[in-house]
Amino acid sequence: MGDAAVTIGTGEQVMFWILAPIAVMASLGLVFARKAVHAALGMALTMIILGVFYIAQGADFLGVIQIFVYTGAVMMLFLFVIMLIGVDASDSLIETLKGQRWAAGLLVLGLGGILVSAVGSVTYGLSDGVAQTNTSKGNVPAMAELIFGRYVWVFEVTSALLITAALGAMVLAHRERLGKGPNQREWSRRRFEKGENLAGLPVPGVYARHNAVDTPALLPDGSISELSVSRVLSAREQTRSPLADLEAEDAIRAEIESGSER
Amino acid sequence: MTAFIAGPNGTADFSDTPLWLSVVKALFIFVYLLVSTLLVIWFERRVIGRMQQRPGPNRNGPFGLLQTLADGMKSMLKEDLKPANADSVVFTLAPLITATMCFVSFSIMPLAGDVTLFGHRTPLQLTDLPVAVLMVLAVAGVGIYGIVLAGWSSGSTYPLMGSLRATAQMVSYEIAMGLSLVSVFLYSGSMATSQIVQAQESLWHFIPACFAFFVYVVTMVGETNRLPFDLAEGEGEIVGGYFTEYSGMRFAMFFLGEYINMFTVAALATTMFLGGWQAPFGLPDNGWWGLLWFTAKLWFFMFVFVWLRGSLPRVRYDQFMRFGWKFLIPTTLLWVVAVAFYVAAKNNWFGGPILQIAGRDYSLAVLIVIGVCASLVIVASWILGDRAERRAAERLPQIPVEVDPFAGGYPVPPLPGQRLVEPGAADDAYAATKEVSRG
Repeated sequence: MGDAAVTIGTGEQVMFWILAPIAVMASLGLVFARKAVHAALGMALTMIILGVFYIAQGADFLGVIQIFVYTGAVMMLFLFVIMLIGVDASDSLIETLKGQRWAAGLLVLGLGGILVSAVGSVTYGLSDGVAQTNTSKGNVPAMAELIFGRYVWVFEVTSALLITAALGAMVLAHRERLGKGPNQREWSRRRFEKGENLAGLPVPGVYARHNAVDTPALLPDGSISELSVSRVLSAREQTRSPLADLEAEDAIRAEIESGSER
Repeated sequence: MTAFIAGPNGTADFSDTPLWLSVVKALFIFVYLLVSTLLVIWFERRVIGRMQQRPGPNRNGPFGLLQTLADGMKSMLKEDLKPANADSVVFTLAPLITATMCFVSFSIMPLAGDVTLFGHRTPLQLTDLPVAVLMVLAVAGVGIYGIVLAGWSSGSTYPLMGSLRATAQMVSYEIAMGLSLVSVFLYSGSMATSQIVQAQESLWHFIPACFAFFVYVVTMVGETNRLPFDLAEGEGEIVGGYFTEYSGMRFAMFFLGEYINMFTVAALATTMFLGGWQAPFGLPDNGWWGLLWFTAKLWFFMFVFVWLRGSLPRVRYDQFMRFGWKFLIPTTLLWVVAVAFYVAAKNNWFGGPILQIAGRDYSLAVLIVIGVCASLVIVASWILGDRAERRAAERLPQIPVEVDPFAGGYPVPPLPGQRLVEPGAADDAYAATKEVSRG
């Protein structure tokens, strides 16, 4: 296909008009989604559809690698979202810097203008076309020839740069543990030295109607023991109150008493 | 034998395959997989039952064969619960991803060679790509989203932990899996499944790529979340992992996905290492015979899956990760480098004379590469084995030769090989034991 007028098959056209709007919507979702995980999903969908387009145009290797690499990359993004900003973190819509939205919009327009004018003025020489390469050299060998032949240094240098960056990030983020962490024996010894909670922290509440780690225990004087439930559950407000159980117990007791008088 | 399109982009020949025939083949694969799933669930329960000396399901239908059908109907009619905290769109999307993606990979598996279907001569394979095997990995990468999203969208702690485990497992074991497949690509000079099968005509790859075969079998168990690597489910630790909150048909979709993924990785193992649809011992494998051999090899791997589940306990999470990152990935990388040198030497890219040994031609470079690799392996196993022995010796508790039975105030019997000290010399012996245990 040496000429510029490339014919597009009907199948490819149908596929394009179905998938392209989905890709556009997914990429808009990436920008506008409130929840970070939804944004990551939109990105994954966009990348997968781009990969499908590459395959439809005859660039099998590029398309498959696009899907392979980006699904893994978005998965890592997903992990980072969960680890760094929490499971159900969502953007707040409160503007912290005054007027930053207007400034950002202006800058985006400017950047878009520069990109359009720069990309619009590029002219390419006539290429062989993917179909030509696929039949004469083969998709994978032709790709290999470029990666390991003509651009071998570019690729090697890029990979060295990436590995250096990854190692650097690991070194910066790594924290050496100085000394050994306390074990069960030490914890027990510390408790005795302090003289409080000698038998360990109180266990969560056990009631006739409910028995779970999210229900705090009642102390002998009837007050609720905050120490008996995990701090994590209290912080997430996932604990339940034992008062409902107590009320139910009282009701049953009253019923029994009224029954004995009858 | 499959005919190939000429040229380096070689894939199977689909020139005599109209579009409607492809649709028929797609339907055939779909039915083949569904029926296989129905059978394998029954098979697994029966075999595990046999291994645990109990009958397994034997009531519904002959030999209990219809048990899975009954279970499937049950899950269709069950109530489909959704937690209040769940992200409803993603909660529904997750099982759909798992249940649809698992079918896609099978489109490139060559189930047999050329067969005659409705008057057309066509390979029994839906499609073929020059990068077919990479496509399987890519589809697996999309499929894992089902598990990860299921855990996240459930809005509950244990499913989230299950899905995080699944992510870590997938990311780390996919590297080792991809590397183990690289040596097969090097041997067969292609990534198209049909050509890989073709390349194994004289020798199946599990012999020359024995180490890669071992790594692949380990990673395929890891990729499908099966025991002993079912950490994402881990019912003893995190209830049911990612599908804890699922019920009814949505749960059944995960179940279906897991079993079809097992078939996919087993089919890939068959195609890459066990000669695909080719028959052993020169038995007939032309036409539809190929399907028989392919299915037989597939079910061999299914039996291995069940066997592993019946005999091994679940590994601990840190052991699993250490095994993947510190053993499988580095050793597979070394293996790939060795195979690359071997293939280069065999293609005579290093030059050098060709020797005749026992009537066969060997290039000197091949012999040198094999010799260097073998000696490196021997030296490495020597050094590492020595170190392992030393560590094991350090870990053993030091038992003094002589023991005073009354040293602690109570009579203590001697350990095997220990001598009792006479009561008169007790004080000296006590000091001696202190000395030894300190040293």
